[in-house]
Amino acid sequence: MAAMRRREGKPVSQKKTEISEQTVWMLAIRDNRDRAAFCALFDHFAPRLKGFIMRTGCSAHQAEEIVQDVMLTVWRKAAMFDPHRAQVSAWIYQIARNRHIDVVRKENRPVPDELAEDPGSEPDASQILAVEQEAGKLKQALSSLKPEQREIIEKAYLGELTHQEISTQTGLPLGTIKSRIRLGLERLRHELKGMRE
Amino acid sequence: MTAITHHIPDAMLAAYSAGSLPHHFAVAVASHVSLCPTCRVTLEAHQSVGGALLDATDGVAVSDGMKADLLAQLDAPAPNIAQYTRQGIYPRPVVEALKGQEPKWKTLGMGVRQSILSESKQGSVRLLYIPGGQAVPDHGHNGIEMTLVLQGSFSDETGQFDVGDIEIANEDLDHTPIADEGEPCICLAATDAPLRFNAFMPRLLQPIFRI
Repeated sequence: MAAMRRREGKPVSQKKTEISEQTVWMLAIRDNRDRAAFCALFDHFAPRLKGFIMRTGCSAHQAEEIVQDVMLTVWRKAAMFDPHRAQVSAWIYQIARNRHIDVVRKENRPVPDELAEDPGSEPDASQILAVEQEAGKLKQALSSLKPEQREIIEKAYLGELTHQEISTQTGLPLGTIKSRIRLGLERLRHELKGMRE
Repeated sequence: MTAITHHIPDAMLAAYSAGSLPHHFAVAVASHVSLCPTCRVTLEAHQSVGGALLDATDGVAVSDGMKADLLAQLDAPAPNIAQYTRQGIYPRPVVEALKGQEPKWKTLGMGVRQSILSESKQGSVRLLYIPGGQAVPDHGHNGIEMTLVLQGSFSDETGQFDVGDIEIANEDLDHTPIADEGEPCICLAATDAPLRFNAFMPRLLQPIFRI
Protein backbone atom coordinates (compact mmCIF):
# COMPACT_ATOMS: atom_id res chain seq x y z
CA MET A 1 0.00 0.00 0.00
CA ALA A 2 2.81 2.37 0.87
CA ALA A 3 4.24 1.84 -2.56
CA MET A 4 1.00 2.86 -4.19
CA ARG A 5 0.49 5.89 -2.01
CA ARG A 6 3.97 7.04 -2.75
CA ARG A 7 3.19 7.21 -6.41
CA GLU A 8 -0.07 9.06 -6.11
CA GLY A 9 -0.23 12.27 -8.03
CA LYS A 10 3.08 11.56 -9.65
CA PRO A 11 2.49 11.45 -13.39
CA VAL A 12 4.43 8.64 -14.94
CA SER A 13 5.36 10.55 -18.00
CA GLN A 14 4.68 13.68 -19.88
CA LYS A 15 4.94 11.64 -23.04
CA LYS A 16 1.98 9.51 -22.06
CA THR A 17 0.70 9.39 -25.62
CA GLU A 18 3.76 7.40 -26.65
CA ILE A 19 3.32 4.75 -23.98
CA SER A 20 0.94 1.98 -25.02
CA GLU A 21 -2.61 2.19 -23.78
CA GLN A 22 -2.18 -1.17 -22.01
CA THR A 23 0.60 0.28 -19.89
CA VAL A 24 -1.36 3.47 -19.25
CA TRP A 25 -4.34 1.37 -18.08
CA MET A 26 -2.16 -0.77 -15.88
CA LEU A 27 -0.50 2.24 -14.26
CA ALA A 28 -3.91 3.82 -13.63
CA ILE A 29 -4.95 0.58 -11.93
CA ARG A 30 -1.75 0.43 -9.91
CA ASP A 31 -1.55 4.05 -8.87
CA ASN A 32 -5.19 5.17 -8.76
CA ARG A 33 -7.17 1.92 -8.45
CA ASP A 34 -8.94 3.06 -11.61
CA ARG A 35 -11.92 0.80 -12.40
CA ALA A 36 -12.52 2.19 -15.87
CA ALA A 37 -8.93 1.33 -16.73
CA PHE A 38 -9.47 -2.14 -15.29
CA CYS A 39 -12.53 -2.57 -17.54
CA ALA A 40 -10.47 -1.55 -20.57
CA LEU A 41 -7.70 -3.97 -19.61
CA PHE A 42 -10.29 -6.70 -19.11
CA ASP A 43 -11.83 -6.07 -22.52
CA HIS A 44 -8.41 -6.39 -24.12
CA PHE A 45 -6.99 -9.35 -22.23
CA ALA A 46 -9.88 -11.51 -21.00
CA PRO A 47 -10.84 -12.89 -24.46
CA ARG A 48 -7.17 -13.39 -25.38
CA LEU A 49 -6.49 -15.16 -22.09
CA LYS A 50 -9.49 -17.39 -22.64
CA GLY A 51 -8.36 -18.29 -26.15
CA PHE A 52 -4.77 -18.81 -25.01
CA ILE A 53 -5.76 -21.12 -22.16
CA MET A 54 -8.25 -23.08 -24.27
CA ARG A 55 -5.47 -23.92 -26.70
CA THR A 56 -4.00 -26.20 -24.04
CA GLY A 57 -7.17 -28.29 -24.13
CA CYS A 58 -8.91 -26.59 -21.23
CA SER A 59 -12.71 -26.42 -21.41
CA ALA A 60 -14.27 -23.01 -21.98
CA HIS A 61 -15.67 -23.17 -18.47
CA GLN A 62 -12.37 -23.93 -16.79
CA ALA A 63 -10.59 -21.36 -18.95
CA GLU A 64 -13.04 -18.70 -17.79
CA GLU A 65 -12.45 -19.58 -14.17
CA ILE A 66 -8.73 -19.17 -14.70
CA VAL A 67 -9.24 -15.87 -16.55
CA GLN A 68 -11.33 -14.62 -13.64
CA ASP A 69 -8.58 -15.54 -11.15
CA VAL A 70 -5.90 -13.98 -13.33
CA MET A 71 -7.75 -10.68 -13.69
CA LEU A 72 -8.43 -10.56 -9.96
CA THR A 73 -4.73 -11.13 -9.32
CA VAL A 74 -3.89 -8.33 -11.74
CA TRP A 75 -6.04 -5.99 -9.62
CA ARG A 76 -4.75 -7.19 -6.26
CA LYS A 77 -1.08 -7.42 -7.17
CA ALA A 78 -1.01 -4.30 -9.32
CA ALA A 79 1.58 -2.77 -6.98
CA MET A 80 4.08 -5.36 -8.25
CA PHE A 81 3.77 -4.25 -11.86
CA ASP A 82 6.94 -2.46 -12.96
CA PRO A 83 6.82 -1.07 -16.50
CA HIS A 84 10.60 -0.52 -16.46
CA ARG A 85 11.09 -4.27 -16.53
CA ALA A 86 8.10 -5.79 -18.25
CA GLN A 87 5.30 -4.86 -20.56
CA VAL A 88 1.79 -5.63 -19.37
CA SER A 89 1.33 -8.70 -21.59
CA ALA A 90 4.50 -10.34 -20.21
CA TRP A 91 3.40 -9.73 -16.63
CA ILE A 92 -0.09 -11.11 -17.29
CA TYR A 93 1.32 -14.07 -19.23
CA GLN A 94 3.29 -15.19 -16.17
CA ILE A 95 0.34 -14.72 -13.82
CA ALA A 96 -1.79 -16.79 -16.20
CA ARG A 97 0.75 -19.61 -16.52
CA ASN A 98 1.18 -19.71 -12.74
CA ARG A 99 -2.56 -19.84 -12.13
CA HIS A 100 -3.11 -22.44 -14.83
CA ILE A 101 -0.50 -24.73 -13.27
CA ASP A 102 -1.90 -24.25 -9.77
CA VAL A 103 -5.34 -25.27 -11.04
CA VAL A 104 -4.33 -28.14 -13.32
CA ARG A 105 -1.66 -29.70 -11.12
CA LYS A 106 -3.26 -28.74 -7.83
CA GLU A 107 0.07 -27.59 -6.49
CA ASN A 108 1.43 -24.28 -5.38
CA ARG A 109 3.88 -23.06 -7.96
CA PRO A 110 7.15 -21.79 -6.50
CA VAL A 111 7.87 -18.18 -7.48
CA PRO A 112 10.98 -16.07 -6.87
CA ASP A 113 11.29 -13.31 -4.29
CA GLU A 114 9.80 -10.14 -5.73
CA LEU A 115 12.23 -7.46 -6.80
CA ALA A 116 11.21 -4.33 -4.96
CA GLU A 117 11.40 -1.15 -6.97
CA ASP A 118 13.86 1.29 -5.50
CA PRO A 119 11.72 3.35 -3.08
CA GLY A 120 11.21 6.88 -4.27
CA SER A 121 12.64 6.20 -7.69
CA GLU A 122 11.20 8.42 -10.39
CA PRO A 123 9.50 6.68 -13.27
CA ASP A 124 11.79 6.69 -16.27
CA ALA A 125 9.65 7.18 -19.37
CA SER A 126 12.49 6.44 -21.76
CA GLN A 127 13.15 3.09 -20.10
CA ILE A 128 9.43 2.23 -20.18
CA LEU A 129 9.33 3.11 -23.86
CA ALA A 130 12.46 1.12 -24.60
CA VAL A 131 10.89 -1.99 -23.02
CA GLU A 132 7.74 -1.46 -25.05
CA GLN A 133 9.55 -0.85 -28.30
CA GLU A 134 11.60 -4.01 -27.95
CA ALA A 135 8.45 -5.94 -27.12
CA GLY A 136 6.83 -4.51 -30.23
CA LYS A 137 9.71 -5.66 -32.39
CA LEU A 138 9.58 -9.07 -30.78
CA LYS A 139 5.90 -9.31 -31.62
CA GLN A 140 6.64 -8.38 -35.21
CA ALA A 141 9.36 -11.01 -35.41
CA LEU A 142 6.96 -13.65 -34.08
CA SER A 143 4.34 -12.73 -36.64
CA SER A 144 6.75 -13.23 -39.51
CA LEU A 145 7.77 -16.77 -38.57
CA LYS A 146 6.92 -19.77 -40.69
CA PRO A 147 3.76 -21.45 -39.34
CA GLU A 148 5.55 -24.60 -38.16
CA GLN A 149 8.20 -22.57 -36.32
CA ARG A 150 5.59 -20.44 -34.69
CA GLU A 151 3.72 -23.53 -33.62
CA ILE A 152 6.76 -24.91 -31.82
CA ILE A 153 7.30 -21.63 -30.01
CA GLU A 154 3.66 -21.44 -29.03
CA LYS A 155 3.75 -24.99 -27.73
CA ALA A 156 6.85 -24.22 -25.68
CA TYR A 157 5.37 -21.12 -24.08
CA LEU A 158 2.01 -22.78 -23.49
CA GLY A 159 3.81 -25.35 -21.38
CA GLU A 160 3.30 -28.20 -23.83
CA LEU A 161 6.94 -29.11 -24.35
CA THR A 162 9.10 -30.62 -21.65
CA HIS A 163 12.39 -29.03 -20.67
CA GLN A 164 14.19 -31.73 -22.66
CA GLU A 165 12.07 -31.05 -25.71
CA ILE A 166 12.80 -27.34 -25.46
CA SER A 167 16.54 -28.10 -25.14
CA THR A 168 16.58 -30.26 -28.20
CA GLN A 169 14.37 -28.10 -30.42
CA THR A 170 16.72 -26.31 -32.73
CA GLY A 171 15.90 -22.75 -33.46
CA LEU A 172 14.00 -21.90 -30.29
CA PRO A 173 14.92 -18.40 -29.23
CA LEU A 174 17.32 -19.44 -26.50
CA GLY A 175 20.79 -18.47 -25.43
CA THR A 176 22.62 -16.20 -23.06
CA ILE A 177 21.03 -12.87 -22.47
CA LYS A 178 22.69 -9.67 -21.43
CA SER A 179 22.12 -7.72 -18.27
CA ARG A 180 19.15 -5.71 -19.40
CA ILE A 181 15.76 -6.80 -20.45
CA ARG A 182 15.83 -4.79 -23.65
CA LEU A 183 19.11 -6.31 -24.68
CA GLY A 184 17.56 -9.67 -23.98
CA LEU A 185 14.58 -8.85 -26.12
CA GLU A 186 16.77 -7.46 -28.85
CA ARG A 187 18.72 -10.68 -28.99
CA LEU A 188 15.70 -12.93 -28.86
CA ARG A 189 14.39 -10.97 -31.78
CA HIS A 190 17.61 -11.57 -33.67
CA GLU A 191 17.40 -15.29 -32.99
CA LEU A 192 13.84 -15.35 -34.21
CA LYS A 193 14.94 -13.52 -37.31
CA GLY A 194 17.67 -16.10 -37.84
CA MET A 195 15.07 -18.86 -37.79
CA ARG A 196 13.49 -17.66 -40.98
CA GLU A 197 16.61 -18.15 -42.98
CA MET B 1 29.71 -11.85 -2.07
CA THR B 2 31.43 -13.04 -5.21
CA ALA B 3 29.57 -12.73 -8.49
CA ILE B 4 27.36 -15.64 -9.48
CA THR B 5 29.10 -17.54 -12.27
CA HIS B 6 27.03 -20.71 -12.60
CA HIS B 7 23.62 -20.08 -14.08
CA ILE B 8 20.51 -21.87 -15.32
CA PRO B 9 20.42 -22.90 -19.00
CA ASP B 10 18.04 -20.92 -21.12
CA ALA B 11 15.88 -23.90 -22.04
CA MET B 12 15.25 -24.54 -18.37
CA LEU B 13 14.26 -20.91 -17.74
CA ALA B 14 11.86 -21.08 -20.69
CA ALA B 15 10.38 -24.29 -19.31
CA TYR B 16 10.06 -22.70 -15.88
CA SER B 17 8.30 -19.65 -17.29
CA ALA B 18 5.91 -21.84 -19.28
CA GLY B 19 5.29 -24.01 -16.25
CA SER B 20 6.53 -27.24 -17.76
CA LEU B 21 9.27 -27.96 -15.23
CA PRO B 22 8.43 -30.51 -12.56
CA HIS B 23 7.86 -29.02 -9.13
CA HIS B 24 11.21 -29.99 -7.58
CA PHE B 25 13.17 -28.23 -10.32
CA ALA B 26 10.81 -25.25 -10.30
CA VAL B 27 11.73 -24.75 -6.62
CA ALA B 28 15.43 -24.71 -7.52
CA VAL B 29 14.95 -22.36 -10.49
CA ALA B 30 12.76 -19.93 -8.53
CA SER B 31 15.34 -19.97 -5.72
CA HIS B 32 18.25 -19.26 -8.05
CA VAL B 33 16.34 -16.48 -9.82
CA SER B 34 15.68 -14.94 -6.39
CA LEU B 35 19.45 -14.59 -5.99
CA CYS B 36 20.60 -14.02 -9.58
CA PRO B 37 19.76 -10.82 -11.51
CA THR B 38 21.18 -12.28 -14.72
CA CYS B 39 18.78 -15.21 -14.77
CA ARG B 40 15.94 -12.95 -13.65
CA VAL B 41 16.48 -10.83 -16.74
CA THR B 42 16.56 -13.90 -18.95
CA LEU B 43 13.38 -15.18 -17.33
CA GLU B 44 11.72 -11.82 -17.94
CA ALA B 45 12.76 -12.00 -21.59
CA HIS B 46 10.98 -15.35 -21.85
CA GLN B 47 7.95 -13.82 -20.19
CA SER B 48 8.03 -11.19 -22.92
CA VAL B 49 7.86 -13.87 -25.59
CA GLY B 50 4.95 -15.45 -23.76
CA GLY B 51 3.31 -12.03 -23.47
CA ALA B 52 3.77 -11.35 -27.18
CA LEU B 53 2.14 -14.70 -27.99
CA LEU B 54 -0.71 -13.99 -25.60
CA ASP B 55 -1.25 -10.57 -27.10
CA ALA B 56 -1.36 -12.02 -30.62
CA THR B 57 -3.84 -14.77 -29.69
CA ASP B 58 -7.26 -14.69 -31.29
CA GLY B 59 -9.68 -13.85 -28.53
CA VAL B 60 -12.61 -16.04 -27.55
CA ALA B 61 -15.58 -14.05 -26.27
CA VAL B 62 -16.11 -14.40 -22.54
CA SER B 63 -19.53 -15.03 -21.00
CA ASP B 64 -21.91 -12.17 -20.43
CA GLY B 65 -21.74 -11.04 -16.89
CA MET B 66 -18.17 -12.14 -16.28
CA LYS B 67 -16.89 -8.61 -16.12
CA ALA B 68 -19.69 -7.53 -13.80
CA ASP B 69 -18.97 -10.50 -11.52
CA LEU B 70 -15.35 -9.57 -11.44
CA LEU B 71 -15.99 -5.89 -10.74
CA ALA B 72 -18.19 -6.90 -7.82
CA GLN B 73 -15.25 -8.81 -6.35
CA LEU B 74 -12.69 -6.03 -6.57
CA ASP B 75 -13.53 -4.52 -3.20
CA ALA B 76 -13.71 -7.83 -1.37
CA PRO B 77 -10.70 -8.38 0.87
CA ALA B 78 -8.07 -10.61 -0.72
CA PRO B 79 -8.03 -14.11 0.76
CA ASN B 80 -5.54 -14.32 3.56
CA ILE B 81 -2.90 -16.55 2.01
CA ALA B 82 0.45 -16.64 3.76
CA GLN B 83 2.96 -14.62 1.74
CA TYR B 84 6.48 -15.77 2.35
CA THR B 85 9.59 -13.72 1.74
CA ARG B 86 13.29 -14.34 2.07
CA GLN B 87 14.50 -15.25 5.57
CA GLY B 88 18.24 -15.03 6.18
CA ILE B 89 19.99 -17.24 3.65
CA TYR B 90 16.75 -18.84 2.46
CA PRO B 91 15.00 -17.35 -0.60
CA ARG B 92 11.23 -17.26 -0.77
CA PRO B 93 10.62 -20.64 -2.47
CA VAL B 94 12.62 -22.38 0.28
CA VAL B 95 10.85 -20.43 3.04
CA GLU B 96 7.56 -21.38 1.43
CA ALA B 97 8.52 -25.06 1.31
CA LEU B 98 9.51 -24.80 4.99
CA LYS B 99 6.20 -23.01 5.68
CA GLY B 100 8.17 -20.27 7.38
CA GLN B 101 9.74 -22.66 9.93
CA GLU B 102 13.40 -23.42 10.54
CA PRO B 103 14.71 -26.51 8.67
CA LYS B 104 14.33 -29.79 10.57
CA TRP B 105 17.81 -31.24 10.17
CA LYS B 106 18.46 -34.98 10.22
CA THR B 107 22.00 -36.23 10.64
CA LEU B 108 23.48 -38.29 7.81
CA GLY B 109 26.80 -38.95 9.54
CA MET B 110 30.21 -37.23 9.31
CA GLY B 111 28.54 -33.96 10.29
CA VAL B 112 26.44 -33.92 7.12
CA ARG B 113 22.75 -33.15 7.63
CA GLN B 114 19.70 -32.92 5.43
CA SER B 115 16.21 -31.51 5.63
CA ILE B 116 13.74 -32.87 3.06
CA LEU B 117 11.45 -30.13 1.77
CA SER B 118 9.32 -32.17 -0.59
CA GLU B 119 9.32 -35.57 -2.14
CA SER B 120 7.23 -37.25 -4.77
CA LYS B 121 7.54 -39.93 -7.42
CA GLN B 122 8.85 -37.27 -9.81
CA GLY B 123 11.66 -36.10 -7.59
CA SER B 124 12.66 -34.43 -4.38
CA VAL B 125 13.98 -31.18 -2.93
CA ARG B 126 16.13 -31.03 0.17
CA LEU B 127 18.52 -28.81 2.05
CA LEU B 128 21.98 -30.21 2.66
CA TYR B 129 24.32 -29.02 5.41
CA ILE B 130 27.97 -29.93 4.91
CA PRO B 131 30.69 -28.86 7.39
CA GLY B 132 33.66 -27.01 5.88
CA GLY B 133 36.22 -29.40 4.42
CA GLN B 134 33.75 -32.31 4.40
CA ALA B 135 32.89 -34.27 1.26
CA VAL B 136 29.42 -35.26 0.21
CA PRO B 137 29.68 -39.02 -0.36
CA ASP B 138 30.68 -39.92 -3.91
CA HIS B 139 27.51 -40.29 -5.91
CA GLY B 140 26.07 -40.41 -9.38
CA HIS B 141 22.57 -39.45 -10.44
CA ASN B 142 19.56 -40.90 -12.09
CA GLY B 143 18.42 -38.00 -14.22
CA ILE B 144 19.21 -34.41 -13.36
CA GLU B 145 20.41 -32.97 -10.07
CA MET B 146 20.39 -29.22 -9.37
CA THR B 147 22.43 -27.92 -6.44
CA LEU B 148 22.14 -24.27 -5.40
CA VAL B 149 24.57 -22.87 -2.80
CA LEU B 150 22.85 -20.82 -0.09
CA GLN B 151 25.77 -20.49 2.33
CA GLY B 152 29.50 -21.20 2.15
CA SER B 153 30.82 -22.85 -1.00
CA PHE B 154 31.78 -26.21 -2.43
CA SER B 155 34.09 -27.47 -5.14
CA ASP B 156 34.07 -30.55 -7.29
CA GLU B 157 35.69 -31.82 -10.47
CA THR B 158 33.85 -29.18 -12.50
CA GLY B 159 34.73 -26.06 -10.49
CA GLN B 160 33.92 -23.96 -7.45
CA PHE B 161 30.41 -23.00 -6.45
CA ASP B 162 29.72 -19.95 -4.27
CA VAL B 163 26.52 -18.50 -2.84
CA GLY B 164 23.95 -18.19 -5.63
CA ASP B 165 25.80 -20.53 -7.99
CA ILE B 166 23.85 -23.53 -9.22
CA GLU B 167 25.35 -26.78 -10.45
CA ILE B 168 23.28 -28.80 -12.86
CA ALA B 169 24.54 -32.34 -13.14
CA ASN B 170 23.21 -35.09 -15.34
CA GLU B 171 23.74 -38.81 -15.00
CA ASP B 172 27.08 -38.65 -16.79
CA LEU B 173 28.65 -36.62 -14.03
CA ASP B 174 30.12 -38.76 -11.28
CA HIS B 175 31.40 -36.06 -8.96
CA THR B 176 32.57 -35.54 -5.40
CA PRO B 177 31.52 -32.17 -4.07
CA ILE B 178 33.63 -31.03 -1.11
CA ALA B 179 32.55 -28.12 1.07
CA ASP B 180 35.32 -25.52 1.09
CA GLU B 181 37.09 -24.77 4.37
CA GLY B 182 35.28 -22.20 6.48
CA GLU B 183 31.63 -21.95 7.41
CA PRO B 184 29.37 -24.92 6.72
CA CYS B 185 28.02 -25.14 3.19
CA ILE B 186 24.23 -25.14 2.95
CA CYS B 187 22.74 -26.13 -0.41
CA LEU B 188 19.36 -26.65 -1.93
CA ALA B 189 19.40 -29.89 -3.90
CA ALA B 190 16.68 -30.92 -6.34
CA THR B 191 16.85 -34.36 -7.88
CA ASP B 192 14.81 -36.32 -10.39
CA ALA B 193 15.37 -39.55 -8.55
CA PRO B 194 17.18 -40.86 -5.47
CA LEU B 195 20.92 -40.24 -5.55
CA ARG B 196 23.06 -43.32 -6.09
CA PHE B 197 25.90 -43.38 -3.65
CA ASN B 198 28.94 -45.25 -4.82
CA ALA B 199 30.29 -46.21 -1.43
CA PHE B 200 28.81 -49.41 -0.03
CA MET B 201 27.55 -48.13 3.29
CA PRO B 202 25.76 -45.04 2.12
CA ARG B 203 23.94 -47.09 -0.51
CA LEU B 204 22.72 -49.44 2.17
CA LEU B 205 21.61 -46.46 4.21
CA GLN B 206 19.79 -44.81 1.33
CA PRO B 207 16.36 -46.25 2.11
CA ILE B 208 16.76 -45.16 5.71
CA PHE B 209 17.87 -41.63 4.98
CA ARG B 210 15.84 -41.27 1.80
CA ILE B 211 18.79 -39.72 0.03
